[in-house]
Amino acid sequence: MEKIIRIQSRTVVLDIDNVDTDQIIPARYLTTTGRDGLGEAAFHDWRYAKSGELNPDFVLNHAENRGRTILIAGDNFGCGSSREHAPWALLDIGLKAVISTSIADIFRNNSLKNGFVPVVIDEKPHRWLLANPGAEIAIDLEQAQVELPDGPPCPFEIDRFARYCLMNGVDQLGYLLQQSDRISAWEASH
Amino acid sequence: MPEQTLLSKIWDAHEVVPETPDTPAVLYIDLHLVHEVTTPQAFDVLRASGLPVRRPDRTLATMDHSTPTEPASTLEELEKVALPAAAAQVRAMIENCEEFGVELRGLDSPERGIVHVVGPEQGATWPGHTVVCGDSHTSTHGAFGALAFGIGTTEVGHVLATQCLLQRRPGALAVNVSGRLGPGVTSKDLILAIIRKLGVGGGTGRVLQYRGETIRALTMEQRMTMCNMSIEAGARAGMVAPDDTAYEWLYGRPMAPAGAEWDAALAGWRELEDRGHAEFEGEVSLDAGQLRPMVTYGTNPGMSAQIDEPVPGSGVPAIDKALAYMGVEPGKPLQGREVDIVFLGSCTNSRMSDLRSAAELMRGRRVADSVRMLVVPGSQIVKREAEAEGLHEVFLSAGAEWREAGCSMCIGMNGDTVGAGKLCVSTSNRNFEGRQGPGARTVLASPLTAAASAIRGRVADPRELMDG
Repeated sequence: MEKIIRIQSRTVVLDIDNVDTDQIIPARYLTTTGRDGLGEAAFHDWRYAKSGELNPDFVLNHAENRGRTILIAGDNFGCGSSREHAPWALLDIGLKAVISTSIADIFRNNSLKNGFVPVVIDEKPHRWLLANPGAEIAIDLEQAQVELPDGPPCPFEIDRFARYCLMNGVDQLGYLLQQSDRISAWEASH
Repeated sequence: MPEQTLLSKIWDAHEVVPETPDTPAVLYIDLHLVHEVTTPQAFDVLRASGLPVRRPDRTLATMDHSTPTEPASTLEELEKVALPAAAAQVRAMIENCEEFGVELRGLDSPERGIVHVVGPEQGATWPGHTVVCGDSHTSTHGAFGALAFGIGTTEVGHVLATQCLLQRRPGALAVNVSGRLGPGVTSKDLILAIIRKLGVGGGTGRVLQYRGETIRALTMEQRMTMCNMSIEAGARAGMVAPDDTAYEWLYGRPMAPAGAEWDAALAGWRELEDRGHAEFEGEVSLDAGQLRPMVTYGTNPGMSAQIDEPVPGSGVPAIDKALAYMGVEPGKPLQGREVDIVFLGSCTNSRMSDLRSAAELMRGRRVADSVRMLVVPGSQIVKREAEAEGLHEVFLSAGAEWREAGCSMCIGMNGDTVGAGKLCVSTSNRNFEGRQGPGARTVLASPLTAAASAIRGRVADPRELMDG
């Protein structure tokens, strides 16, 4: 896994609350046995018109947003289905992080395990970010803060273990496998 | 002295390594349910690392999501009726289970079905268990007093390899329900009302525990419907403390304990019963006696109203967008809106009692000419039991389709879809945009409301069609 210390980018703003994982990647694209190439299906039904052409109104299709890696989303991002295809698809279109006022539990867990950084911040800076698309900001994992163009940085909470794994490129399965003896002992006593 | 919550009791009993500020708990998983859609990448990780499945005996595998509901008991037959990618996924599931020694309730199994129907049906879900699955509706199993939650594919790999997960303890929120559900009002209506009250993110980071006289009076199938939709309020899980209703369901099922083991298990389960003294992080209350049948009008499960209640007027952008997608008129009740499709099925409402209640309403009646109705039993066992009772005859003679078990139209990735712009009254759990296929419009409702709507050809109040 790639080490992630700091993500710096102009923002892409998707000002919609309760974006569910069926929007992030519709179920009909889950009939795959791999995890690559899912970007084609990311936000499919918002990104493409019925004719199959790109929908020019959808924010991720705007020319100025190309190459930007930080998504600012409405409240409760990633609710619904547990499909890990959602962070896989977002990473595949070049996004690296999402900032919101709340992020659904399973989506957050899935994101952390794939190096897609979920950040929950207070309403006030979030409102500012929604109102200022394209702002140049940084997510600093070391300091656990979001740096805005002006004013003091906004701290965010992130599980210490998850942060350690992101910053050191640690695969959590390796950590769990190291606990094998204790797992065996637990099984023997139950 | 306050008692521990059910969540805490189960959590403490499964901590292989307790959590610290720096590290999450290593939590032991009693039962891992697996299906074809969220496992292939996890099996790949095991294969690449040379790891076995640690506890095949704690892994229950079946196929439901991308598996078609047209008859197919072999791969050759499947390839004729399935989408090509779905057939490949089913094939991968069969091969992975063979390679890793996991018993699969597969295409030819009389026990195949929706994973959250099969687990309880087999008696695999016990009070006090930890249960996970790469599916958010794993919360269903909380009906038995288990801690059951959905996980992603990476975590599926963790459980396959170690039978454990890295987790932080969530908070517990009590949902206290009083009052008696009126005729024609079901536990589906109750959970839709609870989600409306909490909001679709109101349960985030927490486990809901449903309590009170109303919950005690529910059957296991009714409790499963409620726990199933806990995730639609954003909750990590939903649960009901065990009681005699749960023990009676479990007794004698193939994977339930038997003989002396039953007695020992039962003694342990009784320790998990709700004595009313636990302290929760928060509590919400609801009077079920006031409820009428509920329907969703928008594009998330929190956007619901009582069937004769006007939906919101215009003015809030998110509501306007949802109503426009749904083609629903602001400020008017949904009752009377024309219906194209009715879907009776899904892990929420596809068990015997769901089929029976719908069939009772439909007996001797016809599905409206303008409506296509699909009835999809939750498992092949439910299918056979329903056929033994003649329920399929009721549905077929009413003009409905009677299918093989599977997730079907709930998720629209197996060939069963609603169609763009069409309105479906559905007993499933999600009304997200495109959930039932591109452009599909979903109205979530109970099996009774679905059946009444099929007959009337419009969103209908089942109480108008009920005897007495």
